[in-house]
Amino acid sequence: MSMKKQQASETGRANSKLRKIAKGVYAIWYREVKVFLREKSRLISALFMPLIWFFIFGEGIGSIASVPGNYNHFIFPGFLVMTIIFSSLFNGAYLVWDKKVDFLKGVLVSPLSRTTIFTGKVVGCMTDAVVQAMILLIVGIFLGIPFTFISVILTIIMLFGLALGLVSLGLIIGSFMESPEGFGLVASFVVYPLFLLSGALYPLENLPHWMQVVTHINPATYAVDGLRSIIIHQSSMSYLSNLIIILGFDIILILIGTWAFNRMKL
Amino acid sequence: MDAINITSLTKKYDKILAVDKINLTIKKGEIFGLLGPNGAGKTTTLMMLSTLLKPTSGKATVNGFDVMREPAKVRESIGMVFQDPSSDEMLTGYENLKLHALMYDVPLKDINRKINDVLALVDLNERKKDIVKKYSGGMRRRMEIARGLLHQPQILFLDEPTLGLDPQTRERIWDYIENLAKNMNMTIILTTHYMEEAENLCDRIAIIDHGKIIALDSPANLKRALKGDTVCLKGKNLFIDRLRKLPFVKKVAKSDGFVQLTVENSAKNLQKLLETAGEVESVEVHSPDLNDVFLHYTGKEIREQEGDDMEQLRVFTRVRQSK
Repeated sequence: MSMKKQQASETGRANSKLRKIAKGVYAIWYREVKVFLREKSRLISALFMPLIWFFIFGEGIGSIASVPGNYNHFIFPGFLVMTIIFSSLFNGAYLVWDKKVDFLKGVLVSPLSRTTIFTGKVVGCMTDAVVQAMILLIVGIFLGIPFTFISVILTIIMLFGLALGLVSLGLIIGSFMESPEGFGLVASFVVYPLFLLSGALYPLENLPHWMQVVTHINPATYAVDGLRSIIIHQSSMSYLSNLIIILGFDIILILIGTWAFNRMKL
Repeated sequence: MDAINITSLTKKYDKILAVDKINLTIKKGEIFGLLGPNGAGKTTTLMMLSTLLKPTSGKATVNGFDVMREPAKVRESIGMVFQDPSSDEMLTGYENLKLHALMYDVPLKDINRKINDVLALVDLNERKKDIVKKYSGGMRRRMEIARGLLHQPQILFLDEPTLGLDPQTRERIWDYIENLAKNMNMTIILTTHYMEEAENLCDRIAIIDHGKIIALDSPANLKRALKGDTVCLKGKNLFIDRLRKLPFVKKVAKSDGFVQLTVENSAKNLQKLLETAGEVESVEVHSPDLNDVFLHYTGKEIREQEGDDMEQLRVFTRVRQSK
């Protein structure tokens, strides 16, 4: 075989490998999104839960809270983040379910590598989570939250960034759990601290010191802060610094997730 | 090249030997059955061959690829239909097949045509736009068989393909499987604990019990090897020891409430047999079937497993309903 031909066949092989991975990721994404859009109850509850919290907190705590400006505007970013936290982590429960009904066996017996499967899962679940948050965002525009075209775009980017890491976290937990009930128990220990210690509902400056430490290792804190910086122009750090820190969390969680998926037993 | 080559394959869970040093060669184009009661190690063997489970020791090649060293190549060349449903209930039959086609790198321009082809093969084209949740158990199994065929694998594994299905559906599925082997020259390996299934469908059978292959041949040869008819005696206080000593009695097996004997030339020897046996309440003579073969080798009946069967069926329906 001549050099040229050999090179050509090597690029051909690399291309076919890449094509297989792309199709694999698309396959898993296709399934996640199709099922998500078909289960209307998920969409509806994803929208209404944050809205209920938003109104109760906005009216209840808003009357006593002392934050600069409008309390509703202050907490709205927190509820976008809440939607991402809940829907992202919840995907781990679906993974446990997939194991239980043998759907996952069918995927694992295919030629796709575990890493490809994990990537497809993450991309699919991330899409679901961000779509849910975007519905809330649209409602927010109607509720008079001061969004601009630019801040909407930046919000979506930030939400994608947060969802990427948290979906991975949900899948990591799911890969270790054997029953959906067990997952629910573990997840609630993660979900509520993530939400309540993110600064979504109240400023973090007045918390005791040890709690502040916890807020610093919480990616949701940076998402809330980053969103506030562009929506109501109040934040402790710039949008970009917050986004970079979140991407750092993402990288770590994706690496752990890939490892967890590769060692997962059925 | 053989379709499958297994040498000393073993799977050990803690202290339980699920599969105990089995050796087996399966030829191309064969319909091969692994027959045995639940828990005998059939599914474990299938899981190892499809790379979902790592063997503790031993070696196996599938289509010439080593299951330990080249798992991706093994997976590319096989199709698998699991015992429990593994399709997504919230997707339509068509969407499930599309998902599968993408995972197996079926060329995009062929996907639609191939899906319609395999669905036609199992008569499901009319229901392809319904979500799988609305399918009956038999339809779902047929859809999953179609899915296993979609990427035209050289070997198709079927784990208990007709478990929990009614007799009519079962026979239909047998027809599909037979056609596949004949028309597409596919190697088919199935596990079953239904005697009729093994007998009607398989070219060769390996009888598995406690993780070991205890007999391996065509159904006809296995039956012939018993060299005698089966005589079933029912009665209280039968003289089993005396029966054992009769020269034409090949084998005596005691089961719950009756004694089963393998008897040479039963037409001629029956009277002598009855005289020796004592107080016989009823007698039944038949030419041997696979159940007798199983009893002959293991000293127990495979039929005793039917209770487990119902249990599995319940689990199956529970899983289907609870989503």
